[in-house]
Amino acid sequence: MIKNYDSNDYDVIVVGAGHAGSEAALASARMGQKTLLLTISLDMVAFMPCNPSVGGPAKGTVVREIDALGGQMGKNIDATYIQMRMLNTGKGPAVRALRAQADKWQYHEQMKKVIEDTPNLTLRQATVDELIVEDGVCRGLITNTGARYHAKSVVLTTGTSARGRIFIGELNYSSGPNNTIPAIKLSENLEKLGFKLRRFKTGTPPRVNSNTIDYSKTEEEPGDKIPRHFSYETKDEDYLKNQVSCWMTYTNKTTHKIINQNLNRSPMFSGEIKGVGPRYCPSIETKVVRFADKPRHQIFLEPEGKNTKEVYVGDFSTSMPEEIQLKMLHSVAGLENAELMRPGYAIEYDVIDPWQLKHTLETKNIKNLFTAGQMNGTSGYEEAAGQGLIAGINAALRAAGQSGFTLGRDEAYIGVLIDDLVTKGTEEPYRLLTSRAEYRLILRHDNADLRLTDYGFKLGLISEERYSKFLAKKEQIAQAAQAVKKITVHPTKEVQEYLASIGEEKLKAGVKADVFLRRPKVKVTDIERLTEMHISNERYVREQIEINVKYAGYIKKEQQQINKLHRQEAKKIPVDIDYNAIEGLATEAREKFAKIRPETIAQAERISGVNPADMAILSVYVQNGHYQKIQH
Amino acid sequence: MAQTLTEFDTIAAISTPIGEGGISIVRMSGEEAVKIANQVFKGANLTKVPTHTIHYGHIVDPENQQVVDEVMVSVMLAPKTFTREDIVEINCHGGIVVTNHILQLLLKTGARMADPGEFTKRAFVNGRIDLTQAESVMDIVRAKTDKARQVAENQLDGGLLEKIRAMRQEILDTLANVEVNIDYPEYDADTVTAKQMASVSRSVIAKIDKLLKTAAEGTALRNGLVTAIIGQPNVGKSSLLNYLTKSDTAIVTDVAGTTRDTLEEYVSVKGVPLELIDTAGIRHTDNKVEKIGVERSKKALAKADLVLLLFDASKELTPEDYSLIEATAEKKRIVILNKTDLGQKISAAEITNLTKSPVIAISILQKQNLDQLEKTIKELFFKGIENSNDQVMVTNQRQVGLLEKAKKQLQDVVQALKDEVPLDIAQIDFNGAWDTLGQITGESSPDELVNELFSQFCLGK
Repeated sequence: MIKNYDSNDYDVIVVGAGHAGSEAALASARMGQKTLLLTISLDMVAFMPCNPSVGGPAKGTVVREIDALGGQMGKNIDATYIQMRMLNTGKGPAVRALRAQADKWQYHEQMKKVIEDTPNLTLRQATVDELIVEDGVCRGLITNTGARYHAKSVVLTTGTSARGRIFIGELNYSSGPNNTIPAIKLSENLEKLGFKLRRFKTGTPPRVNSNTIDYSKTEEEPGDKIPRHFSYETKDEDYLKNQVSCWMTYTNKTTHKIINQNLNRSPMFSGEIKGVGPRYCPSIETKVVRFADKPRHQIFLEPEGKNTKEVYVGDFSTSMPEEIQLKMLHSVAGLENAELMRPGYAIEYDVIDPWQLKHTLETKNIKNLFTAGQMNGTSGYEEAAGQGLIAGINAALRAAGQSGFTLGRDEAYIGVLIDDLVTKGTEEPYRLLTSRAEYRLILRHDNADLRLTDYGFKLGLISEERYSKFLAKKEQIAQAAQAVKKITVHPTKEVQEYLASIGEEKLKAGVKADVFLRRPKVKVTDIERLTEMHISNERYVREQIEINVKYAGYIKKEQQQINKLHRQEAKKIPVDIDYNAIEGLATEAREKFAKIRPETIAQAERISGVNPADMAILSVYVQNGHYQKIQH
Repeated sequence: MAQTLTEFDTIAAISTPIGEGGISIVRMSGEEAVKIANQVFKGANLTKVPTHTIHYGHIVDPENQQVVDEVMVSVMLAPKTFTREDIVEINCHGGIVVTNHILQLLLKTGARMADPGEFTKRAFVNGRIDLTQAESVMDIVRAKTDKARQVAENQLDGGLLEKIRAMRQEILDTLANVEVNIDYPEYDADTVTAKQMASVSRSVIAKIDKLLKTAAEGTALRNGLVTAIIGQPNVGKSSLLNYLTKSDTAIVTDVAGTTRDTLEEYVSVKGVPLELIDTAGIRHTDNKVEKIGVERSKKALAKADLVLLLFDASKELTPEDYSLIEATAEKKRIVILNKTDLGQKISAAEITNLTKSPVIAISILQKQNLDQLEKTIKELFFKGIENSNDQVMVTNQRQVGLLEKAKKQLQDVVQALKDEVPLDIAQIDFNGAWDTLGQITGESSPDELVNELFSQFCLGK
């Protein structure tokens, strides 16, 4: 029997120091709250147990949003990447996406160092067994070493550790990610406290030794030459010159045959794994079975760092027995002689059904308790970090006795993510996609600072110095926007020749620069050159002008929809409304409303399975003003 | 989106077209329905009877205790009713006057006259039916003839739903592909080109156009084909009118004020609803010396969808007749040669040649060939509709509006792609059209797209 003892008191305690926990703890400490960050293993702080990369469509935008709000992820990846690429450059501005290959060891070390150096923040290795809850309010927690900590608010970020179980073929054992100690008792405690948990599953591919890969049989994917960064504060001169390449190869008929012959040995297919896996990140065996007509699947070989020979075999996630994994790998061009360093595995873990949360990520059940990251049913480092930041901010605000902070679907991908989780729940590990956002032309990666820096500053997460630089940039954008309205482009010989060279129709008469700029291929610098007028030296300012002018019509359309959304969001639903007292609601709608307890009419509308008739009844009922309160 | 309904008072209306069948039904819905019915009913105590039962008795005017009609009354208590409210239906068989009288009694006793489609609206608001169903039922309510009802029922069965779903799927396939290109830029899915998106847009536009074309006919079906009876004085316009409005084809929808003095009358000719205009003019002036004659006819003509052009078969065509032929040349018309019993001076063949329109020789007086006339009216109107049972018609203004909006959005897509706008931007309207079409069927959810994404493509790390 472990004897408990009273340890220190904190304002905020964060449990788990992965991508969610790190952001939560940093935000809380930076907002002036005395913060404790507990992790099962100090060697796992901000560790990437799966792919060694950050960003990509939607996710990359989240990283920039985190940066604009004063979070750490953008800066941390900017300091530790080994390759940077802008994806979707051939497409419109709304979907361009930055992605970096990380040195996952450096990434971990760098984040750990930042945490260690942050005032008000204590980092400690500990496994949390239970929460201290009194009258529905969380007051602190107890670790497996018997330490009793009290706090004003607690953030849980258990990742895949909660009752984690790893599967490699017939082998399975209790484990957190990357063979760490799992958290067993905390799950039991949460269930006892009345939370509904469910099992999710994810997986990771094998790692092989770079020295044993025949790269000549693969295709190279180098990094970009043009400097780009996640953080708005990183300077162009700090852009990494010597980038590391990734490599691409394919599975083939032999690989698929090996997989098909051994399906009975995959715990995914034998039924041993009960957890729900992500559709967007299927194992290679799932791909081969579900898309049987595809002759080959892509495989990306991604180095895990500069000081390691481990290579991540991307798109090759598997829970086959080690013996089969070897055969599968060796069937692939370039990997014929590859040495396996770590086998791939599937991992099952507990998540909290996210409809049990508010938009602040506080649990509805227990006050002052917040949850974030993979334990809320998401997948991905960026999704975790975004939630961690919001949970940390709200835990700190709660500790300070202030009201909560939330982001709308029209303000940030983080807002879309959290609203989806708390409104719809999720039936599988949730990944952000650009298609989940209704207003993606507004939610661009290039304007995340314009959207969110004000919030970051007000929360105390953005320094005065950075904020004044931001205001200066805003001013420059405003001036440049004025300039293009005033400058006239005349149909000079030079202008007409330029238009001919880009395949555009000639000018019939002089036009204002903003009208000229609407032509798809025209850039601000072209106008500056042709008119010899100054608009802006700053490429980020020019970018804003180009996007705002070229896509003005579409931006306006989305803005109109947003205005409509705001009207529906202004219609609040009382928190203590009794849905059983509303006559005429369909049973499904009644149950979902009671379970999710939407905060506004707009949110209620987004609940799946709710039809217009139900919405009509609910609106009328709420608008009437008097309502039946729920009986306790 | 939500409609505010603050009052749930008791409403009443005649729910069957009066005069079309032997039995008419007066329907009431609302909290007071049973109480009100009980006050005018002599028989069982309706406030005590079990739900979903039918009772024989008499409707009695409480003021003078006079029996109005012998009736069957159904009592259906909430919530298992069409509106999810208490419903009382009075089946009476005393014809227009009696049915109206019963309705008036109910209104006097505390019910309110229902707005058109209000029963359906309540069913919808009370969660009994979904939006498309609601709209179709409303159209059934409004449908003035069986044919119109048939079209409305077809829609309820999902004819329109199927068409819209097919269009949405066509858009969705492309949409999912565009999304895959965006969210998985390195994935080797086929890249959707501007050309493909434009071609899908045009294909759906063409389908929307087809549906919109039916909308015009649908409106006529619902509201009645505006029909003018035109001809010189004493040619038999009044007799024709009397024939068409004879009691077994007349539809009288208004409760009060249904008199023969109104400017329009509705008739059903073999299932075709006709709205006869300027009937008062015909009735009133035919007996007197008609001064305004042709002038007046021309005025009515402007509004008409269908013209019944009458000539006196026993006389040669007059210059005025020729001018009427000219004036109606642009209209859907049937030329009627009346008074064949007095001998035929003009031949049908001659007039057919002259007018290129169907020509029927009749005698209203002798009731000759009248059935042929009715058949011709029907054939003329339902040409193309009658033969294709799978014809889906858009008969509802909301649907028309949404179809037009979706069309505009797709046109914007085509234009944007022409202007070299990036695919993912043009997609905003493409997505919008998909969403708009979803509003017609009431199924619009962003999850649909995500699900499609994963069912179609094999993605992931």
